Amino acid sequence: MAAQKMTLAKGINAGLRAAMEADPKVLLMGEDVGKLGGVFRITEGLQKDFGEDRVVDTPLAESGIVGTAIGLAMRGYRPVVEIQFDGFIYPAFDQIVSQLAKMHARSRGALRLPIVIRVPFGGGIGAVEHHSESNEAYFAHTAGLRVVACSDPADAYWMIQQAISSDDPVMFYEPKRRYHERAEVDLDPQAGSILGLHDARVVHEGTQVTLLAYGPTVKTCLQAADAAAQEGISLQVVDLRSLSPLDTETIDRVVQGTGRAIVVHEASTFLGMGSEIAAHIQQECFHHLEAPVLRVGGYNIPYPPSRFEEEFLPGLDRILDAVDRSLAY
Amino acid sequence: MTEIRDVAVHHETVVPQAQQDITDGGPDMVQFVDGEGTRLERTAANTPYAEIVEALTPEDGRSMYRDLVLVRRLDAEGHALQRQGELGLWPSLLGQEAAQVGAGRAMRAQDFAFPGYREHGVAWCRGIEPEQLLALFRGVDNGGWSPSELNYHLYTIVIGNQMLHATGYAMGMQRDGVVGTGDEDRDAAVMAFTGDGGTAQGDFNESLVFAGVANAPLVIFVQNNQWAISEPNYKQFRVPPYQRAQGFGFPGIRVDGNDVLAVYAVTKAALDNARAGQGPTLIEAFTYRLGAHTTSDDPTKYRSAAEVDIWREKDPIKRMRGFLSQKGYADDAFYESVDREADELAVRVRTACQNMPEPSQERMFDEIYVDPHPVVEREKAQFMEYQAGFETQEAR
Repeated sequence: MAAQKMTLAKGINAGLRAAMEADPKVLLMGEDVGKLGGVFRITEGLQKDFGEDRVVDTPLAESGIVGTAIGLAMRGYRPVVEIQFDGFIYPAFDQIVSQLAKMHARSRGALRLPIVIRVPFGGGIGAVEHHSESNEAYFAHTAGLRVVACSDPADAYWMIQQAISSDDPVMFYEPKRRYHERAEVDLDPQAGSILGLHDARVVHEGTQVTLLAYGPTVKTCLQAADAAAQEGISLQVVDLRSLSPLDTETIDRVVQGTGRAIVVHEASTFLGMGSEIAAHIQQECFHHLEAPVLRVGGYNIPYPPSRFEEEFLPGLDRILDAVDRSLAY
Repeated sequence: MTEIRDVAVHHETVVPQAQQDITDGGPDMVQFVDGEGTRLERTAANTPYAEIVEALTPEDGRSMYRDLVLVRRLDAEGHALQRQGELGLWPSLLGQEAAQVGAGRAMRAQDFAFPGYREHGVAWCRGIEPEQLLALFRGVDNGGWSPSELNYHLYTIVIGNQMLHATGYAMGMQRDGVVGTGDEDRDAAVMAFTGDGGTAQGDFNESLVFAGVANAPLVIFVQNNQWAISEPNYKQFRVPPYQRAQGFGFPGIRVDGNDVLAVYAVTKAALDNARAGQGPTLIEAFTYRLGAHTTSDDPTKYRSAAEVDIWREKDPIKRMRGFLSQKGYADDAFYESVDREADELAVRVRTACQNMPEPSQERMFDEIYVDPHPVVEREKAQFMEYQAGFETQEAR
């Protein structure tokens, strides 16, 4: 199969289609995922081709969606659940944390729940309240779940298929403001460029400071690297891709190389992914560090009204400011 | 402003239990034997199920009685083991034996049940070994059995969560083509168990929405034992659970939960409908929790002894024994043999509990994920190394 240029949204759509073709047990469930194709059109055309029993328009109740997905998984299905927006996942929090994450352990391995929960996340689209959140840390904190975030069309296409084939539950975070970004996707599974679901990737080589990002901030960090290069500063950018487990081998290797690390995410920094990553780096790379690990993220306030989000979200200037502070040590 | 305040002051914040009598299920309730075990005449409520009861043999009746007695003894032993420090907690089913045995016996092997945590009687009917029930309460396991072996899910402690799992499982059966084929050995349905308190949960109501919309082969079985720990029915709902089903688009039936024949008949009819593809039914078994909520509870703080005494008179075992004796289906020799069997069961449960092996400590790291997980593996290795350090010291 040749490479194709497609959007990130299309990458997920094509990945879902490939997974459904490969395994008749794969089901899609969610609000408006059928005829409408979801509010972001990620599931567009799939109900037409796979029928209403495999692309299920559910009642508008998130706990009900995840709870029934658990029952379907117990019966041998592999449900892929769409949560319409990040901020609507909380009604399902109980089912995810109390049941989905623990079932394999409490059954001592007798039950497997191969469920993927897709979450369009993050801000930057001028949305109303509850439509721009980054709640990945809640789930990364919960043992029994795997948490990943894609950042480009190729990862969208391959990672969604890897997540579906995982026998563990996977929280699959999709950067909604990057849905329409386009790039080449190599559809050949033998291409050799496909990383494991939990591997981080260096997306921009650099020598002075390492930027660690995932989801929507990967692109922002790449822009920062370009801008810094014009001032003669060499930034390395790493797409973490997996938040639980973290690819600590890659993190240790790159940070030991540059001696300076900055974690960039949209979520509020207090007890966000950056906190765990910074703690890990200071423990494992202490003698290599030239500067404290810095975090650039959302402020520690509820996600603000959209007229504020340009300042709330970690943009180019705040990242470059942190780079300056890191280099000043 | 004054007017508004006046309204607020005069507004009743709790609607008292108006027409409902906590000891009387009312005329809609399906019943086949009275408090003494006398077989009742046909009524509007029980007529649709009369044929099912009439088809039962004397042997069926004796077998039901045996289950009731053994389950009560198992429960009493669990309670005693907790009091003696062998179990951390025990939720007693005392008084609810008929509701659970009637429902459990109506199921077929291919059906699947999702219990709460008090359904020891249903577990018994599914064939779960009594000692398997103890592991959770002794703290050696969070489950205790493999759900798919006997089609009995693990106990679910967060009230109501299991209702949605049951609904999803039933939706899976629909997709597997094991509903409405007409093949008795193949067609299957799901039973979801909860209590009166559980009906207030969002998950309970969402399960009714999903099951109704999907027309899923599901029987929702609510044991209304009148008390959600310390809160009576009128603090949980204004409309009794069986009346709620209509609003979700399927039938709701109230059955005398202390009448094992009635519970069996109503549940069998609902399961037959579900397996045939006719969708869900909600059954409210009107019963009573004679004991405490769990061994940690003290019901004398919130309910009267007089109320408990009224319900003691409705004891499900006394009623079934009365029925069997009046009909001449059983004699004293039979009752004595069942009592002996109960004694043997008690010894078996006690011995199994005391002999349950202590789990190895590193087992807590096992089966967290299906595929290897670096954090769990690293911590397990660190833990074992840490433990080994003590052993080395001791060896010196």
